[in-house]
Amino acid sequence: MPMHTFTVNGETVTVDADDDVRLLWVIRDLLGLTGPKYGCGINVCKACTSHLNGKAFNPCAVRVGDVAESDEVTTIEGLADTDGTPEGELHPMQEAWLERDVAQCGYCQPGQIMAAVAKVKQVRAEGRSVTEADLDEIRNVCRCGTYTRIREAVKLGAARM
Amino acid sequence: MRPGPHTVLERRVTTQSDLTDTSPAGASRRGFLGYVLGGSTLVAAADLGLGRAPAAHAAVPSPPQVAELYDLEDLQTDAARPTANLITITVDDEGRATFALPRSENGQGITTSTAMLIAEELDIDVEDVVVELAPARPELVFNQLTGGSNTTVSTYTPVRVAAAIAKGALLRAAAVQLRTTVDLLESKAGVIRAPGGASATYGELARAAASETTQRVEVDLKPASEFTTIGTPRNRVDARDIVTGAKKFVTDLDVPDALPTMVCRPPTLNGTPRALRNRAEVLAMPGVTDVAQIATGIAVRAETFGQCIEAIRAMDVEWNGGPVDGEDDESVLAGLRRAALPMAVPKVPVLAKTVDLEFEFMFRSSAALEPYAAIADVRDGRAEVWAGLKAPIVAQKKIAEAILLPTTAITVNVVTGGGSFGHKLFPDHAVEAARASKAMGKPVKLMWHRADEPRQGRVHPLCTSRVRATHLAGQVLSFEQRHTSVETDFSHGLGDMLSATAAELPPGVGNLSVAEGIFALTQELPYDFGVVTQLLTEADRRFNTGSMRNIYSPDVRVANELVVDVLAAALRKDPLDFRLQFLKDERTRAVLERAAEVAGWGKAMPPGTAMGLAVHKEYKGSTACVVELDCRPETVGRTVRDAVTGPRVTKAVFAVDAGLVVNPRGLEAQMIGGFADGLALTLTSSLHLRDGHFLEASWDNYFYTRQWNVPPDFRVEIVDAGVDQPGGAGEAGVAASAAAVACAYARATGSVPKRFPINHDDPISFEVKSFVPPVPAAPTNGRDLTY
Ligand code: FES
Ligand code: FES
Repeated sequence: MPMHTFTVNGETVTVDADDDVRLLWVIRDLLGLTGPKYGCGINVCKACTSHLNGKAFNPCAVRVGDVAESDEVTTIEGLADTDGTPEGELHPMQEAWLERDVAQCGYCQPGQIMAAVAKVKQVRAEGRSVTEADLDEIRNVCRCGTYTRIREAVKLGAARM
Repeated sequence: MRPGPHTVLERRVTTQSDLTDTSPAGASRRGFLGYVLGGSTLVAAADLGLGRAPAAHAAVPSPPQVAELYDLEDLQTDAARPTANLITITVDDEGRATFALPRSENGQGITTSTAMLIAEELDIDVEDVVVELAPARPELVFNQLTGGSNTTVSTYTPVRVAAAIAKGALLRAAAVQLRTTVDLLESKAGVIRAPGGASATYGELARAAASETTQRVEVDLKPASEFTTIGTPRNRVDARDIVTGAKKFVTDLDVPDALPTMVCRPPTLNGTPRALRNRAEVLAMPGVTDVAQIATGIAVRAETFGQCIEAIRAMDVEWNGGPVDGEDDESVLAGLRRAALPMAVPKVPVLAKTVDLEFEFMFRSSAALEPYAAIADVRDGRAEVWAGLKAPIVAQKKIAEAILLPTTAITVNVVTGGGSFGHKLFPDHAVEAARASKAMGKPVKLMWHRADEPRQGRVHPLCTSRVRATHLAGQVLSFEQRHTSVETDFSHGLGDMLSATAAELPPGVGNLSVAEGIFALTQELPYDFGVVTQLLTEADRRFNTGSMRNIYSPDVRVANELVVDVLAAALRKDPLDFRLQFLKDERTRAVLERAAEVAGWGKAMPPGTAMGLAVHKEYKGSTACVVELDCRPETVGRTVRDAVTGPRVTKAVFAVDAGLVVNPRGLEAQMIGGFADGLALTLTSSLHLRDGHFLEASWDNYFYTRQWNVPPDFRVEIVDAGVDQPGGAGEAGVAASAAAVACAYARATGSVPKRFPINHDDPISFEVKSFVPPVPAAPTNGRDLTY
């Protein structure tokens, strides 16, 4: 089977996997990083949201064969360390999540936080601040229905990012 | 060391004589009995097995409904009481209290609130309490079922009694060590201080406080006026693990050799496998290690779940049909209409006017975001299973039947679930994993594909609700409701609980079927509407059902509250004034008044928009919801890719009186979630049965509430009724929310909706995913969709 080398959470990894295996399963089943969750496998629930070279993406919809050696993947486990947050501290968005006590079961929340960080950066790059319409665009499903607190936390986290 | 379940069981046996020959009358009013269990460290247990709570149903006069006097909460609490003494709290030599909660945490926050109860009574920090989930303990009988929003209702007293006993033992040990008397000691934050300033920590005292033999003791509980933890807002105990990705769900557990396993399922509902025609080809696929036919389909085990999905897509399987082949929503509804009970035709004056409306509630999927998943290791005549389970004792029994092992050879570990909503009351995933592991002779980590959930998983039953009310001269004379439903599966233990308690139930309830009994114990029309009858009939038993975040109330109350608005209009009354005039009890009136005031009920609204309000009374509490709904074409027609938009609630106020509130922040969270469910029930989420199968297969088909449906302005108001008994929270937010949105829709559009969700009959807005293969292909274009 082919070997694939890329960066995950700041570390270079090499895995032995068929080209066709989607990155989500490489991350979870082969590398044992279980922060990104499975909720659909077809890029609609967004529970697996992670970052690829600093942008939000869904590893359930990317073949490992399409990942290049120069690619940097960040999962929720690596968010704080790879985003310039001081050692041992949480990312401001994670802190906002704690402050608003957003999570219920927690299954969707790694994906929600990764999506929120990317959303805020995207909006910033457009020279704007987060609006209600931006929040409406977040596609991540939360079956516990924590949406209201997610909206509050994104705004709070954005103010501190 | 914490004693295992068996140790505790033995203790109970040795103290049996105490249980029989002591009268509860010996205990003082706030006093409770319990045990310091014999052992090397301090272990305390409550004893509520003696006598019952003050009889809640001395008589059931006919005007109040059964549920007003004795409801499902009472049933569950009474059923749990005899085994409360099997629940123990241990204090270790680091001063930490450990408690194995015989309930299941799925996001509802009970590990947090239980830690708060223990911290309060023991006078320690919440951080020093460890609440774990107990594995299946058959000796607990009815005391290990998580449902009906009953956890805090039924454990509030036993947990505090056990903690108070532990504190009493620590105080006695401290009195000896510090050479003083118990009444002069003060405990705070895990430290006991004597008058002269000498002190000892709980950790230092834990061993001395332990008893060589089991001792029976009497304790008083802290009065509510001295609470410092109960009633103060707290964040979830697992919040940090969640936001860092460290919290482990079943599929995140690392059980050696438990490789990913999935099941190829039939194209029609509850079909069965006949044969896999290309076994060798599938076995030769990359990563695949095992393939086995099991009761529900063809199981495949592989190095990754991705390879399981590929293998399922490649399978060529011959299937047997299922029990609803060829059927659809309309044919099932026709069956329900034939089964519906007639109205009783109360005697009312001939001049009375009648309102007669029938509502339909379509099938809904109760799946959580975490799909059904379980790890099983069935080898050498024993089995160990890990799963999110709300009724682990029943799970253990069902697994035993499925793999032909005695229950004593099966360990069932309860793992925190990624949401439940009633889904994890059933052990479908655990049983299936055990079957697959047995067939393969290897450990498996079995997970359902998302597509499996709506198509073959548990659904909330399709039902109809007909309401007929009569009114004359400003009074409502009668209100009759006939609720007819596809059968709800109660095999998770609630049914057994009801049968076992039948003799003690209020008159009439013991003779009903399980479902009818549960209906009677949960339904209560909160208005004085003269002759009130609410009856349930069940018809079709061919579906895989369960209750989604409340059994009957959201549907029943949507029907009720829409009719209440119709009655108000007929009597030319404002919906708020009308309700306030007829509401029976003060607590419900208080939440309604609060919600209406905060929401500014009655303000002018532009055409195409409207406010709606509704109340609900259940779970030892009351709720009210007021919403503003925008049904203008520009809002309804807004487009979001792969989504249902439709009418939008722009503002909502939800007022809740949940009795004594342990954790207000957790209660608020449950109301936020409950509202999201109610919103989806009324506006967007349903399954379509066509040609023997459900069309929906993922979140781009099944339209649970999403950010673009959520009210940008949402507020929860907690109303304190000053009572000392906690009520339920997990399901309490749904019914009033669903009903308020429905009422607002009727007012905004000028027509009363009859079928829910309101978009059910719109043209199917998605491309139906294939039934063969039963799971969709994983996309490959993820790199093009980054942001
Ligand atoms: S699992 Fe990747 S988006 Fe749903
Ligand atoms: S917190 Fe449970 S799915 Fe979002």
